[in-house]
Amino acid sequence: MPTTDHTLDQILDLAATHFRVPREKLSADDDFFKTLGIDSLQALDLLTRLEHHFGIELPDYELQGVSDFRTLANRIQARL
Amino acid sequence: MNDFKGQTLSWQMVNGAIELALHRDPCNEIGSLTLEELERFAAALPGLANEAQALIIHSTLKAGFSAGADLRELFQRGQEMENGAALRGVREFLERIHAVMNTLDATPLTTIAAVHGVTFGGGFELALVCDIIIADRMTRFCFPELRLGLIPGFGGIPRLKRDLGNAVVRDLLLTGRSFNVVKAQQIGLVSQIAAEGEGLRLARSTASQVGKFDRQTAAAAKAFVKPIPYEELKREIDIFCGLYSRPAVEEGLRKFVENEGVQPYLP
Repeated sequence: MPTTDHTLDQILDLAATHFRVPREKLSADDDFFKTLGIDSLQALDLLTRLEHHFGIELPDYELQGVSDFRTLANRIQARL
Repeated sequence: MNDFKGQTLSWQMVNGAIELALHRDPCNEIGSLTLEELERFAAALPGLANEAQALIIHSTLKAGFSAGADLRELFQRGQEMENGAALRGVREFLERIHAVMNTLDATPLTTIAAVHGVTFGGGFELALVCDIIIADRMTRFCFPELRLGLIPGFGGIPRLKRDLGNAVVRDLLLTGRSFNVVKAQQIGLVSQIAAEGEGLRLARSTASQVGKFDRQTAAAAKAFVKPIPYEELKREIDIFCGLYSRPAVEEGLRKFVENEGVQPYLP
């Protein structure tokens, strides 16, 4: 099983690529709504991409109140 | 009328298939104007059906197929009217949208929903009237109505029960969670998954295939395997209206409408 740090790296890579943000500008404790400049519909798009990438199902209620990459990585890690 | 271009939707005949395209920004919210144009389509459908083999419903908007009912309009109308009038208005809207959905459900044409992105609430319900759902890989389905203190009101529960096992229906309805195409295909909702941006092409290919068969036979097969749960659909309207006038609903709608943050579509 990948480590949480490895999961976090993959999330940051995917977010940077899809939302065309330089990877070096993203860090674990960033508020991804602000850093990526996304709204809730785009957040759902990110969630779908992450589910496909990791091959998991992540109910959106588990993301309630989650806005930083590190917590997101922890939620995903719990499903791997 | 073979072609129509409205403010919220348009239709045209393409290679023997009627293509109904939704295009109301930001994400095809279904309010009174969309309803009027859907009614216009439903009225034209019998004539169109004489010349077509299939019907494809899709969205031209990047955000998705449809985010569902126009909650802002629902909230505003509730604020402008006294309770009794608002409730009568809601019931009338539901009866009209049910009539449209039932017409689409019952058409002898083979119907295909080509969905992508957000396919929530009333948008999900519109997809559920179709015989076949083809979903882009980035589609997300959801019945979020319980978050507002309501149930789906455009025929969603009876049609979901028609197609899926009751345990899955309870999970989706009672948690209000959204789910992706992999889950949707696992539970039997989606018949084909398209690569990103390829949903309409697959729908056209499918329409071409179903067009090879004798229409009378296809219509008989469809009527045999896809009964319309009219009694449950009527009960759904009654339950929705029974819930609508409570303060919790006004509060839920207000919270959604007045949310100026970035998360109105997240639980």
